[in-house]
Amino acid sequence: MLLGMSVPLTLLGLLEREPSHGYDLKRDYDTYFGRGRPLPFGQVYATLGRLARDGKVVISEVQPGVGPERKRYVITEAGATEFDAWLVQPLEAEPHLQSVLFSKVVLALMLDRPAHEYLDIQRGAHLERMRQLTEIRRGGSLVDGLLADHGLFHLEADLRWIDTTVARLDALRAEVVK
Amino acid sequence: MSDLMIEARGVVRSFGQTPALRGATVAVAPGEILAIMGPSGSGKSTLLHCLAGILVPDEGEIHFAGRRVDTMDEARRSALRRDSFGFVFQFGQLVPELTAEENVALPLLLGGVRRDAALRQARPWFGRLGLDGLERRRSGELSGGQAQRVALARGLVTSPKVLFADEPTGSLDSLTGEQVMDQMVGAAREHGTTVVLVTHEARVAAYADRHVMVRDGKVAALAPERVHS
Repeated sequence: MLLGMSVPLTLLGLLEREPSHGYDLKRDYDTYFGRGRPLPFGQVYATLGRLARDGKVVISEVQPGVGPERKRYVITEAGATEFDAWLVQPLEAEPHLQSVLFSKVVLALMLDRPAHEYLDIQRGAHLERMRQLTEIRRGGSLVDGLLADHGLFHLEADLRWIDTTVARLDALRAEVVK
Repeated sequence: MSDLMIEARGVVRSFGQTPALRGATVAVAPGEILAIMGPSGSGKSTLLHCLAGILVPDEGEIHFAGRRVDTMDEARRSALRRDSFGFVFQFGQLVPELTAEENVALPLLLGGVRRDAALRQARPWFGRLGLDGLERRRSGELSGGQAQRVALARGLVTSPKVLFADEPTGSLDSLTGEQVMDQMVGAAREHGTTVVLVTHEARVAAYADRHVMVRDGKVAALAPERVHS
């Protein structure tokens, strides 16, 4: 579900890099973010259609050919603003956010944005949630404590992933920046 | 300035040619528990040592309760550490020849308190930290968790204004480490002690009110500043 939630923003990020056709967007999405779950063409075009309807992308040209017409999509100011806000805002500190965080990191690197700052912001959000859960653990019943522990262990795993990713940003940049 | 318990401004500190801190700035409010995080070699322990007056910065300033620390001579810094600061390190660093209660009383003895009075002041900490019955044991007869709680009692026995804890659970298993943190935070809250906690473990840092990250010798806040209450 989380992966699905990030598809429109991920496509906006790819369009922020350069105007693209739907086919190229699908190819780059599958290469960097799909990981064995390719984005169906239908979802690519449905998402682009919604983004166009909402004024976040526009179609700059249509190239007729032997196959279907190829539309070239360009991000608008509104789309770029929404994408920037998504990059900067930490996600709600719930476990299992790697797929969305990973998308943010890769897109930030592609666009030469400060990926480590976004990860620091997310680290802060995670630590704040861990602080709240630790307070619950300290003051609550055993049941509350064990439930808080479950959240703490998962958030801790996310934080370790953030640490590892920060340490490898340069290598990742070399891999994803054309 | 006087609203802060401890503050570092633009602290630079190198070891030979190797820079450890490159302009670190951080402030801690009275009664606040601050976690300083960062990867190995980031400079977080060096920052703690500068804040605590153990190391003198090459550049920048350290202030404690409105007093400039980095310009004090070693004797005054030593007195400040003894009278106003407590310390807990990764390895308890108990004196093996002394009993547990003598170890707890040690900062008082070094401060000139008579032996019987120092031991009288040390003993209640055994009950507070779940160490009843271990007063006469030597460090070799204590488990890791027990030894670290004795070290915690030693850090708190003088009722310090600031407790500096450098990876205080680093040598303990996670459950024992959490017990030590529970007791450290509980005691600090009860006595209004300010705590500066260096750790690379998120679960330990989660006991703090606020977190900062040391990276490449500089301090980054991890969240918008919020008012400490």
